[in-house]
Amino acid sequence: MEIASGITLSALSQQILVGLSRTTILFIVSSGLSLVLGVLRIPNVAHGSLYMIGAFLSYTIATSVGGGSYGFWLALILAPLGVALISLVVERGLFCHLYEREHLMLLLFTFSLMLLFKDLVKLVWGSDYRSFSAPDILQGSFSILGLPFPRYNLFLLIVGPLVAIGLWLLTNKTKIGKISRAAAVDREMVGAVGINVSLVFAFVFIIGCSLAGLGGALVAPTQNINQGMDHTIIMEAFLIVIIGGLGNIWGALLGALIFGLTDAIGILVWPQFAIIFPYLAVVTVLMFRPKGLLRATW
Amino acid sequence: MFNGFAGRNSLTLVLGFGIILLCAPLFFARFYIYLIALILVTGLLAMSLNMVLGHGGMFQFHHAVFYGTGAYACALMLHKTTLPAAFGFILGPVVAAILALIMGIICVRLSKLYFGMLQLSLGSLVWALVFRWYSFTGGDDGIHGIPMPSLIASINGSYYFTLIISGVSLLLMYRIVNSPFGRVFEAIRDNPERSEGIGINVKHHQLAGQVFAGFFAGVAGVLFVCVEGSVFPELMFWTLSLEILIMCLLGGWFTFWGPMLGAAIVVTLRTIAGVYTEYWTMVLAIILMLLIFYLPQGVLGYFEELFHHRRTTSVPKDI
Repeated sequence: MEIASGITLSALSQQILVGLSRTTILFIVSSGLSLVLGVLRIPNVAHGSLYMIGAFLSYTIATSVGGGSYGFWLALILAPLGVALISLVVERGLFCHLYEREHLMLLLFTFSLMLLFKDLVKLVWGSDYRSFSAPDILQGSFSILGLPFPRYNLFLLIVGPLVAIGLWLLTNKTKIGKISRAAAVDREMVGAVGINVSLVFAFVFIIGCSLAGLGGALVAPTQNINQGMDHTIIMEAFLIVIIGGLGNIWGALLGALIFGLTDAIGILVWPQFAIIFPYLAVVTVLMFRPKGLLRATW
Repeated sequence: MFNGFAGRNSLTLVLGFGIILLCAPLFFARFYIYLIALILVTGLLAMSLNMVLGHGGMFQFHHAVFYGTGAYACALMLHKTTLPAAFGFILGPVVAAILALIMGIICVRLSKLYFGMLQLSLGSLVWALVFRWYSFTGGDDGIHGIPMPSLIASINGSYYFTLIISGVSLLLMYRIVNSPFGRVFEAIRDNPERSEGIGINVKHHQLAGQVFAGFFAGVAGVLFVCVEGSVFPELMFWTLSLEILIMCLLGGWFTFWGPMLGAAIVVTLRTIAGVYTEYWTMVLAIILMLLIFYLPQGVLGYFEELFHHRRTTSVPKDI
């Protein structure tokens, strides 16, 4: 274990750019988790499984149309929709009967759902590694400040803010978004004014889960799609949501930034223990602000 | 509610089980002895979790970290030093208890979900450290072939060692749960504000509960080392924590023996169903979902309620 001594500025800036694109994926997944946790108050451990399913689905879609350039774009649209369909079934079939249960029960229920999804994925896709490549336009790299920067990462850096703005518009400017924010604060009162809270919850759950699917579809061309994907992402997403503030979309963005950047810089500073840096950052934040950096919805 | 150990019927049951377990190596094959030892270890772990979860009402999301720490402390002591093995066996629980104290001091000022989440992140930090520190902990490979003292090197030796130590631990845990401390702990679970109001120092009691639970999880970790002869980072991964939470739920977390039953069900299911199908987690998941829907108080909790109900309707006294 040796600590790298000479860290050049260019290496640092490149690493930060890579960290930012990782942040995008983390943000998209954890904002969905945060939405579900904030409004429905379900600590959804199965969120990571939906991310994994999103990745596997996009692999299947992209390869079944021949792996051409538009296969990726088709997968990017259809995989989140497929995940949305799964979450619709899960919500209407199972969760809508359990809203009154306490958190611990819901947590364990989603954990058993995670176990179920894990085996279903193994059943459908087998336990091999899968991978497919991004379309030609997103392949290769170009130089920023004389350093190579992959095009796909730039694409991610564009998608991330778009999703953030879209989510903000959805929760702040549309009627259903406003209702769901109200339901997050006081669900009885929302029900009392004649709104079908159950349907609002279903809507929010589906949006949240399809964000996990979108994250999975986006990450699919950049790494091996494998069985263990759900474990790592769900832990990271949970910590991001907690340090950002439960149910706060901007908190999820802030948390993802902290997590992604400490991870990227950790790789540069001390490669062997890089994995520790984000956890250390999370613990530091929680020591001083146990309820997260930004205001939590509950 | 917590009359697990006591009561004439249950006492006979416990004694009967004890005798069966003592005689088990005479009748059963090696594999089943190993299975029983594994159930005892996992059950002890789940019951130590239930001390703070069911009896204390704390959201202990990352209990496995104490288990893993105990196992690693013991394994490293046996593997790296030439001191007598007893030091390792004592060191394991002590280190786990110290970790529980440190994590408890940080976490205990929060409650419920926030407590659980902070514990989860701290525990993951410990896991990440163990997972990566190749030169000290063996990293993701873990440590295999740990030298055992000759007395417990054989399968029967380790079985009896596990049986005796877990029996003593269970007795101690039973004493703690039914001591004045345990009663105060349950009062805090039922109503923290009111407990504070009658002059109980809630945080100190919760901290003490953490240390006790951490200690017994460390004991379970040491026993795991005795049974398996190896350690690996999965012992303190968060999925194991949720798995033992599930064992508590499955058996019934408002009963003393429930978690042991839950552990027996999960471990047996994994071993037996694992022989026939690689999709045994799906079986477990479906059982769990049905349980949460129809039997939220757990298997033992259900039977105890049934039994209690019949007894109170026929002889209206008690309590």
